[in-house]
Amino acid sequence: MDQLLAPAPLSDEVADDEVSSEPRSLLDRLFDRGLLVRTGVDGLYGRSGDFESVVEAIDRLATKLGAGDGAESLRFPPGMSRPAFERSGYLKGFPNLAGTIHCFCGNDADHARLLSCIEAGTDWTGDQAASEIVLTPAACYPLYPVAAARGALPEAGLLFDLQSYCFRHEPSLEPTRMQMFRMREYVRMGSPDQVLAFREMWLERGTAMMRELGLPIAVDPANDPFFGRAGRMLANNQRAQGLKFELNVPVNSEDKPTACLSFNYHQDHFGTIWDIKQADGEVAHTACVGFGLERITLALLRHHGLDIKAWPAALRERLWG
Amino acid sequence: MVLSQDVRETLKSVAALSETIDGIGDDDNLFDKGLDSFGSVQLMLALEERYDIEFPDNLLNRRSFSTIRIIGETVNKLTLSAAA
Repeated sequence: MDQLLAPAPLSDEVADDEVSSEPRSLLDRLFDRGLLVRTGVDGLYGRSGDFESVVEAIDRLATKLGAGDGAESLRFPPGMSRPAFERSGYLKGFPNLAGTIHCFCGNDADHARLLSCIEAGTDWTGDQAASEIVLTPAACYPLYPVAAARGALPEAGLLFDLQSYCFRHEPSLEPTRMQMFRMREYVRMGSPDQVLAFREMWLERGTAMMRELGLPIAVDPANDPFFGRAGRMLANNQRAQGLKFELNVPVNSEDKPTACLSFNYHQDHFGTIWDIKQADGEVAHTACVGFGLERITLALLRHHGLDIKAWPAALRERLWG
Repeated sequence: MVLSQDVRETLKSVAALSETIDGIGDDDNLFDKGLDSFGSVQLMLALEERYDIEFPDNLLNRRSFSTIRIIGETVNKLTLSAAA
């Protein structure tokens, strides 16, 4: 597609073809159309075939955009090693978002107690013990120990292509804030110059991609949602240093647009934690670009309507042509 | 009155600086000497506990923890306002 799609307005007329006396939320309309499927838990949804076809199309676009860069593709399951998770430092910044996998490790008597608790409707989780697996909080977290185990980086550094379901415990009625969602990432490891050049390149690529999808966008400095008072300082530092940018699209509202892509410079944070060295022995710097696959899908549904067969031909060509 | 020596004692509790603090000048930038963001949080919490103060939101930034002199001045202001 050569021409850009004109950004579609954020309009209920576009997104909602049902006439109703009471406005229904975007989430309700997604349920009504069967695009998302209720599970009884806020932020945990099934996806329809149509929804998934958009997710897969965006994933392919991300592949196409990065195809010439020679990234090594790796796919990890949505769980990672608990010791690696602990070492990653995630709990310093986001203890409230983390999800651990607990399992029954008891004996016959414990089993009987568990069943009687369920029967009585009381808490049955007391005998659950933390397993060696935690839920992956971001697609790149399982990568760093793997990269570190290979030894020092080559002079040109390394580039990885990742995609994973991720978990963050933040129940919400905003469909863009799911608890389990997919994140596509490219991760660059190398010198500060190498990783910053990578981030700049993806800022341009990501912006162009979203414009070509006919979405109104803004690129803004951002910070991660660090926990507590200490987190406010981490957030202020992150913004002051220009370490994180997000590509925002109004989805739930104009006032609080949704971050659909993020561009992150970690400096030597992960290099130090995992002892990843550059070819010259200096600590490696890292950066990543993350695509929120469900969020981009929701942005398209919000701006081009819930009937994907009625989307503009140029957009459909771009996604499935 | 909080002296730079007092601040240095607290800085010793921060892993990134515990070994090198004696060679760091009062006006040296601590972030250039190995202090990172998580270390600055650790430092903030240690100062709050030691001096029974609370850093207000407008001071939760890198500058407030950038040098021993600035930390000392900031802590002095906060202890004075706490005593007032």
